Amino acid sequence: MAHISLQPSRRVLLDASSGPLHPAARDTLLAALDAGWADPRRLHREGRQARRLLDQAREVLAAGLGVRPPEVSFLPSGPTGLTHGVSGLLYAARRRGARVVAGAVEHSSLLVPGRHRAAMAEDPTLFEEVGVDGFGRIDLAAWEVALGRPGTVVAALQSVNGEIGTRQPLASAREAAARRGIPLLVDAMAGLGRDPAPTDFDVLVGDARSWGGPGGVGLLVVPERTRWRLPGAVSELELGRTDVEPWVPLAMAAAEAWQQTAAVREEDSAEARELVDRIRAAAGVIPDTEVVGDPVERVAHVTTFSCLFVDGEAIVDELDRRGFAVASGSACTASTLAPSHVLAAMGVLTHGNVRVTLPLAATDPDRAAGVDAFCAALPDAVAAVRARLGTDRL
Amino acid sequence: MSDVPEVDAPVVLDARGQRCPLPVIRLARLARELGPGSLVRLLASDPAARSDVPAFCRMRGHELVEVTDVTDVTEVTDVTEVTDVTEAGGDHTAYLVRVSPVSATDPAAAP
Repeated sequence: MAHISLQPSRRVLLDASSGPLHPAARDTLLAALDAGWADPRRLHREGRQARRLLDQAREVLAAGLGVRPPEVSFLPSGPTGLTHGVSGLLYAARRRGARVVAGAVEHSSLLVPGRHRAAMAEDPTLFEEVGVDGFGRIDLAAWEVALGRPGTVVAALQSVNGEIGTRQPLASAREAAARRGIPLLVDAMAGLGRDPAPTDFDVLVGDARSWGGPGGVGLLVVPERTRWRLPGAVSELELGRTDVEPWVPLAMAAAEAWQQTAAVREEDSAEARELVDRIRAAAGVIPDTEVVGDPVERVAHVTTFSCLFVDGEAIVDELDRRGFAVASGSACTASTLAPSHVLAAMGVLTHGNVRVTLPLAATDPDRAAGVDAFCAALPDAVAAVRARLGTDRL
Repeated sequence: MSDVPEVDAPVVLDARGQRCPLPVIRLARLARELGPGSLVRLLASDPAARSDVPAFCRMRGHELVEVTDVTDVTEVTDVTEVTDVTEAGGDHTAYLVRVSPVSATDPAAAP
């Protein structure tokens, strides 16, 4: 591989899970600060304009997801969409049961409240987590068994995993749920804008950051056929699916980002896949390094690998010093002392973990050069950390 | 009592209170020192070891014979003096590992 030298000031951003914003969405956001600032519930001209803009944003996203505009609500974040999505399904089914079945590698904003609810009720059966294989894919046989247990009224599964990239078998998972009359909530927070929009769902949750939109915009999609209702007094906001008024400029920026990203999705993903494959190949030849996740059935822009005898914090710092921003699922690299529950559930190495989330080409036109520079720097960065820990000859 | 130790008596490696990758690094060092076929009993309290010890064994061809959770509360005699239960011992997991029959000095030869 050719060595590519970087300007010292050039930063290579390989942690695009939270941004940066698509440049067109940024322009829209700035314009919308003037055009869409008003409360869309007001009857004056500015209020009606804000309402129109909010409706337009909803129409764009509904069309992109293949649903009707009233089925789409803007929520303050994707994780909020997950908790609300589950709550509404549970409340609507409260006379039939209270059990939730979810994949073991689901987003923590789904797992943590689910476990908490079961703990508070002192009934561990209220939240059942279905295990995954070494690639992070759900065990469909165990999924079937879990759904078959009495009182199961909600099934939850992600379209793709945001840490490892593995796709879940949504069609089979939904078929198994539908056979038992159980609605499937699909968490598409990591895949929307990168993979085709899921069609196998009864409730869908997204987050605008995955398609280059701003933070602070979650989507909760509840098709008309789905029995869903939030407990308690229901607000009129967003068709009764939240009590937080969406901020119109953010919704507009999210819709603009969607249009831009969806228009080039296939070519962007094809290129991202090729670039991520380069990273997987470069990591794979580093001694004692495990490249994780399904090599084929995966979203294009996410990958992760773990290096034996390497401290997660140390490798993130080392790469940062060399100009590369990456995330990590190792313990002590986030706000928690525990390692990534995703890596742990898969039974793979959790220390020395590096997670790459490739930005859209629109937000980083030089991403191919950045990836090549990363691939070139990686072996030396790992070796440097191992040398420092005295583990290079182990 | 015999001067010859029991063939299968494991060497105990106490890594309680240490965070990953340290327990795995120490296990690797000891495995290399002891050589093929020897037995190590690693004690670790870091939750990451739960994933990392089995993954390390898989990657290096060592056999993970047994994993046991140990509730070690008896070691904590005076609670008032204990500032960090983990560091004082406390609950941990014991990993019984048989070192790969392939020479550990040549990692390239490991499966």
